[in-house]
Amino acid sequence: MYRLCIFLLLFGIWIIFSGQFDGFHLTLGILSTAFITAISSNFFFENRSQGVGNRLQQIIRIPWYLVWMLYQIWLSNIHILRLALSPNELPEVEPKLVRIKTNLKTDFGKWMLANSITLTPGTITIDIKDDELLIHSISSLTTEGVEGDDMERKIAAIFERETTN
Amino acid sequence: MIPATICVVLVCIGILFFVGGAVGIIRFPDFYTRMHAAGKGDTMSVFLILMGLAAYQLADFSLANILVAGKILFITIFIMWASPTSTHALIKAGFEEGQKLWTPNGEKEDSGK
Repeated sequence: MYRLCIFLLLFGIWIIFSGQFDGFHLTLGILSTAFITAISSNFFFENRSQGVGNRLQQIIRIPWYLVWMLYQIWLSNIHILRLALSPNELPEVEPKLVRIKTNLKTDFGKWMLANSITLTPGTITIDIKDDELLIHSISSLTTEGVEGDDMERKIAAIFERETTN
Repeated sequence: MIPATICVVLVCIGILFFVGGAVGIIRFPDFYTRMHAAGKGDTMSVFLILMGLAAYQLADFSLANILVAGKILFITIFIMWASPTSTHALIKAGFEEGQKLWTPNGEKEDSGK
């Protein structure tokens, strides 16, 4: 079942990249995606203890997170822009190292959290040790943003619903 | 279908963010804060510019144009993926090398290593 999903995913990407719909190109696509699926499908979705249906639910919930994420990136980009273009001596720049604890358990959840933090301008994840993230933040506003656990709760709601119950 | 004005507005806002990033690289005080401007002003600006181009492609609606817009979307996803990774790699290298942290009261603080 997982293999079939991976095959369909890769084949969809093939169709978008090739843009040819004649028999020859489609056959080539089927052959090469089947080959790739056969040799490397074990690398995708390593934890297969949860069923495919569960995964599909996660995939459905991801776009909402991305939309929220884009809104956050937009807000904090404006903040950075204002910082960079403010006249005089950059009064609001107060760089700070912040350590926060996370309750996320899976590697993928932590990766998502760290990437989201880095993607939001004003905060960069420097290091993760076990469940502690070391973050560099550029002003007091972004420090507040990263110390709240909004982002973490949203990620937990997507990927770790069954483990948090 | 999609008026060209929207595409132009998207690309212009993207360029504005790029300018902010470039000015930030010059004005911010130390390595870490410069990384903020360098690595991430770009994410949003590239996203907006590529969205503008995709919208321009979709202006006359045909299968070939939808495919091109799809490819542009793939570039966007790749940049959203690669940009935080490279930013993290650079700032971690700087941190481990012992770059000093700038603070507003004029002293340079040790990075706490």
